[in-house]
Amino acid sequence: MKFTKEHEWLRVEGDLVVVGITPHAAEALGDVVFIELPEPETQVAEGDEVCVIESVKAASDILAPLDGEIVAVNQKLADNPGLVNEDPLAAAWFFKMKIDDLGVLDQFMDEDEYNELIG
Amino acid sequence: MVPFAGYEMPVQYAAGVMKEHLHTRSAAGLFDVSHMGQVILRPKAGMAALAAGFEALMPVDVAGLAEGRQRYGLFTNDAGGVLDDLMFANRGDHLFVVVNAARKGHDIPHMARHLAEVAEVIPVTDRALLALQGPLAETCLARLVPEVTNMRFMDVRVVDSLFGALWISRSGYTGEDGFEISVPERGADGLARALLAMAEVLPIGLGARDSLRLEAGLCLYGHDLDEATSPVEAGLTWAIQKSRRAGGAREGGFPGAERILRELATGPVRLRVGLRPDGRAPMREGTMLFRADGPAGSVTSGGFGPSVEAPIAMGYVPAALAIPGTALEGEVRGKRLPVAVADMPFYPTSYKR
Repeated sequence: MKFTKEHEWLRVEGDLVVVGITPHAAEALGDVVFIELPEPETQVAEGDEVCVIESVKAASDILAPLDGEIVAVNQKLADNPGLVNEDPLAAAWFFKMKIDDLGVLDQFMDEDEYNELIG
Repeated sequence: MVPFAGYEMPVQYAAGVMKEHLHTRSAAGLFDVSHMGQVILRPKAGMAALAAGFEALMPVDVAGLAEGRQRYGLFTNDAGGVLDDLMFANRGDHLFVVVNAARKGHDIPHMARHLAEVAEVIPVTDRALLALQGPLAETCLARLVPEVTNMRFMDVRVVDSLFGALWISRSGYTGEDGFEISVPERGADGLARALLAMAEVLPIGLGARDSLRLEAGLCLYGHDLDEATSPVEAGLTWAIQKSRRAGGAREGGFPGAERILRELATGPVRLRVGLRPDGRAPMREGTMLFRADGPAGSVTSGGFGPSVEAPIAMGYVPAALAIPGTALEGEVRGKRLPVAVADMPFYPTSYKR
């Protein structure tokens, strides 16, 4: 699993990259009450706002970590946004992306580096 | 922790906003509201003169408030807007006033200037203010202060305790039964710890304080109330007693009386309403509202209501649209989403009358 500075996790699943947010991010957001997911089959560029997360505290965005195509979204999150707080690393994945070259994942932090970032 | 009205305040404690909110509705929540302004008005020429002077600042009946009772009040300006909302209590030989933290820098000089002839305006800076709210608030506080079981909504009492003389009112800002307790600073830590040691009591942060008052349909100054908004527009006509209205014994005589009495007679141009978004997306403060033929006001407070289990909001709309069920749209991130005008409170209040 790889991690971004924006507190997303990236996991390779076959030729796809699965994206979610870290437990650290979920805790900082507080209780999540609403999630707006992208449409599947959307082309996105790195840094695009692709999801909105609203917690009891505020609204924030999830940015696309890479250029690519969103091929699947986790509809369970729209129905049960609280999953993000309950199981951020597994059940609460946000979307799956198809990218040209999985090798670009090497640029992201591994778990130790991420843990160091969040101190 | 976040900055709030010049204080560092917790948005939430360990339980988080959602659990804190639900706990307050089912058991008891303890709020540290010491940032609010506590002020004593000590009469210089008798309580009647003080009441008359205070009535000259608010469209509210002060003279008729019985000893041992508290009332909601509003300072108005000459344009009929609201300078602040507050609570005041008749404590026999003086009035005790609690004002918003963000407005005490305004309110204290305002009172000192306008009440100079009739009162000494004494800011109380050596006391904390705690609020214990929820259906088990009485049970819990009564373990320390048995007298509180005899109080009803908006009663005030001074009670000696282990923690010093407590100034207690049966009130709060959550829609729940509960108490606000002014405690000498040397006793504040002990009282808070004694309450938090009870299994029924959790500490509650600003996040849940906001969602609780929003579900109860209560205004937050600076958001739902401001200097341009009249109490009539804000739907606070219940706070303007008959004695101060047209035909009353002490009709008018407060700042902005011309506008406020006119709006009472003929209705205001716009009104504060409850709003229920159709989907799950919260409509927060600043969300613009629309009807088919154009703009229809905006949201002044909004978020998720944990007890309602849905997004809720309040805002101002043209008076003709202020009818529960009226379908509007709110613009969220560039998309217009359906929202309906709704009755308030969103969650039934349970004051002990």
